[in-house]
Amino acid sequence: MRQIAIYGKGGIGKSTTTQNLTAGLGNMGKKIMVVGCDPKADSTRLLLGGLAQKTVLDTLREEGEEIELDAILKPGFRDIMCVESGGPEPGVGCAGRGIITSIGMLEQLGAYTDDLDYVFYDVLGDVVCGGFAMPMREGKAQEIYIVASGEMMALYAANNIAKGVQKYATTGGIRLGGIICNSRNVDGEKELVEAFAKELGSQMIYFVPRDNMVQRAEINKKTVLEFDDTADQAQEYRNLAEAIDSNTMFVVPKPMKQDRLEEILMEHGLMDI
Amino acid sequence: MLDLTPKEVSERSALRINPLKTCQPVGAMYAALGVHNCMPHSHGSQGCCSFHRMFLTRHFKDPAIASSSSFTEGASVFGGGSNLKTAIKNIFDIYDPDIIAVHTTCLSETIGDDLVTYINDAKIPEGKFVVHTNTPSYVGSHITGFSNMITGLIKYLSENTGIKNGKLALFPGFVNPGDMREMKKIMTLMGVNFTMLPDTSGVMDAPMTGTYSMYPKGGTKIQEIIDLGNCEMSLGLGELTSSMPAEFLDTKCKVPYQTLPLPIGVELTDQYVMALNRFSKNEVPYALEEERGQLVDILLDSHQYTQNKKVAIFGDPDTVLGLAQFALELGMIPKYLATGTPGKFFEEKANALFEKFDAEGCIAKGNMDLFELHQWIKNDGVDLLIGGTHGKYVAKAEDIPLVRAGFPIVDRYVHSYLPIVGYKGGMRLAEMILNTLMDRQDRDCADEDMEMIM
Repeated sequence: MRQIAIYGKGGIGKSTTTQNLTAGLGNMGKKIMVVGCDPKADSTRLLLGGLAQKTVLDTLREEGEEIELDAILKPGFRDIMCVESGGPEPGVGCAGRGIITSIGMLEQLGAYTDDLDYVFYDVLGDVVCGGFAMPMREGKAQEIYIVASGEMMALYAANNIAKGVQKYATTGGIRLGGIICNSRNVDGEKELVEAFAKELGSQMIYFVPRDNMVQRAEINKKTVLEFDDTADQAQEYRNLAEAIDSNTMFVVPKPMKQDRLEEILMEHGLMDI
Repeated sequence: MLDLTPKEVSERSALRINPLKTCQPVGAMYAALGVHNCMPHSHGSQGCCSFHRMFLTRHFKDPAIASSSSFTEGASVFGGGSNLKTAIKNIFDIYDPDIIAVHTTCLSETIGDDLVTYINDAKIPEGKFVVHTNTPSYVGSHITGFSNMITGLIKYLSENTGIKNGKLALFPGFVNPGDMREMKKIMTLMGVNFTMLPDTSGVMDAPMTGTYSMYPKGGTKIQEIIDLGNCEMSLGLGELTSSMPAEFLDTKCKVPYQTLPLPIGVELTDQYVMALNRFSKNEVPYALEEERGQLVDILLDSHQYTQNKKVAIFGDPDTVLGLAQFALELGMIPKYLATGTPGKFFEEKANALFEKFDAEGCIAKGNMDLFELHQWIKNDGVDLLIGGTHGKYVAKAEDIPLVRAGFPIVDRYVHSYLPIVGYKGGMRLAEMILNTLMDRQDRDCADEDMEMIM
């Protein structure tokens, strides 16, 4: 079982990429579970065809501590098993604790079955506190992928996440598998992200071009692969799935100092814009 | 006394008044104290640690040692990693235990401290050990914490080397040192070679020797915990408390297990003895048969004082279930059974017991408090209360006698030294119950009805 956590700046397209990627892996016949670790609970919307999932924490709140696995684990596109940990409403409570509770609950209920090929954790924004690092801990995800684009703030965030990975990599077994570039049509984007990834000691595992097909599929509550299997973008996601499935490059990242990060941005002409 | 408790019972979802449980770390700390040369360590603010130590000390009237990570504002923001690192160094330098057993607190759980990594990173002197368990108090109760700590010890230490040691692993459940001594006595009489985890006898009932020792003689040895993985089988007493560690030892080290109720009263002690008999293949010795016969004799002689007396029993789930079975053996009606520990299993077990004895009109409830039990009693009274000290206010308010048994008992001495399990424990319980009921009869009867002999 490969356990993979997807991190990246808020709004960069982690959830969209994760769902299209897992749909691609599902097409390859892989058995997958997706664990949404975001209080907004929108990590499995495309796989389930809408916000059909009751979150672990809502279930816990309404039904008490004795809950059944079926109540929180729903099969979606290509029988991908979907869980949303959920969380408190904005501005109250502790979302980090929610993730700890949810993942603990999944373990206790035996959701991690041996027949799974992949478990994906889709984690919100940044590694802001202990709870959001939960998927990186001992015995959880061994591989981290960071979704980024050629925009400066996305790379700042990616570098910061790499610091978190480095911290856990020295003690646990987690490694950075690569940067997924979710293109924003920025000039020289591919070269910049490649250079950035190389500086981290890692790789840009795939460059996903920008295509409005993704948005059309999203409005229809579907992944691109389900919405239009023949679209060019569907092939891109199949390629991404292929790249991740055959990936062998797992490293302890070397995050950059602020100055070096800005140098790279300069070298690749971002400042000219 | 408790004049404002209304008779009318109303549905409450969140509020608990006079709860029948306490924090997970109290149980975890108690379990850790049952390991020889072990320093229980509370990973949280100092207040948590002080409260938990005080709670145990009040019950056992013996010091409960433990150290704390001493969280401050800084630790709340930055996590407790550096606090634990410093704590581990200081504890080994100053107090020199063989093992530190860390449990978490609500604060460190909410921060999301990664204890596995912290402990992997820590500098642990050669031959010493640090283990941990997660004990958020917003889940379960002290019973959960107790099970968690035993499971944590097994997780870190126990190994299956492939060579069986011929021993029985015994999980005693959340009981007093006096009970653990009685369990061990019965195993010895049955010729069973065993390791008991935890074993607080000789720690929380240590004798006065004139010199203070931070680590008294008792407790399960680390080597024995490591060797648990080679046991022939494990026996978990107290099905709700001991299932988790027994199951875990099976999963980790392939040691098959059986669980039984706490051996309170005749039938449940019989079950314990017969399980030991199947393990050791040794006949039950006369010494045990004699004790059993004595207990049965006592029950027969005295039954007219207990028959059909209604009793409310409250406390920890396994203890309450055991006491309820014994009450039924005494011919009493266990009208109300209450525990504060959450979980449906308690009610299922209790209802099965009511059915077995054809006991009608009895109610059992988990996740309950003394306030509600008091309300039930106001609506339909009982003749006797059995439980911990917190029930004494209800006892006074309703003028019902209280027999103290279970946890916590903070207003009496000696109780933790003596058993309520085994045939001997049954005799002790019978004596306490009879004394209480007969004293009450003497107090309440008219002068001309006062009986000399009874």
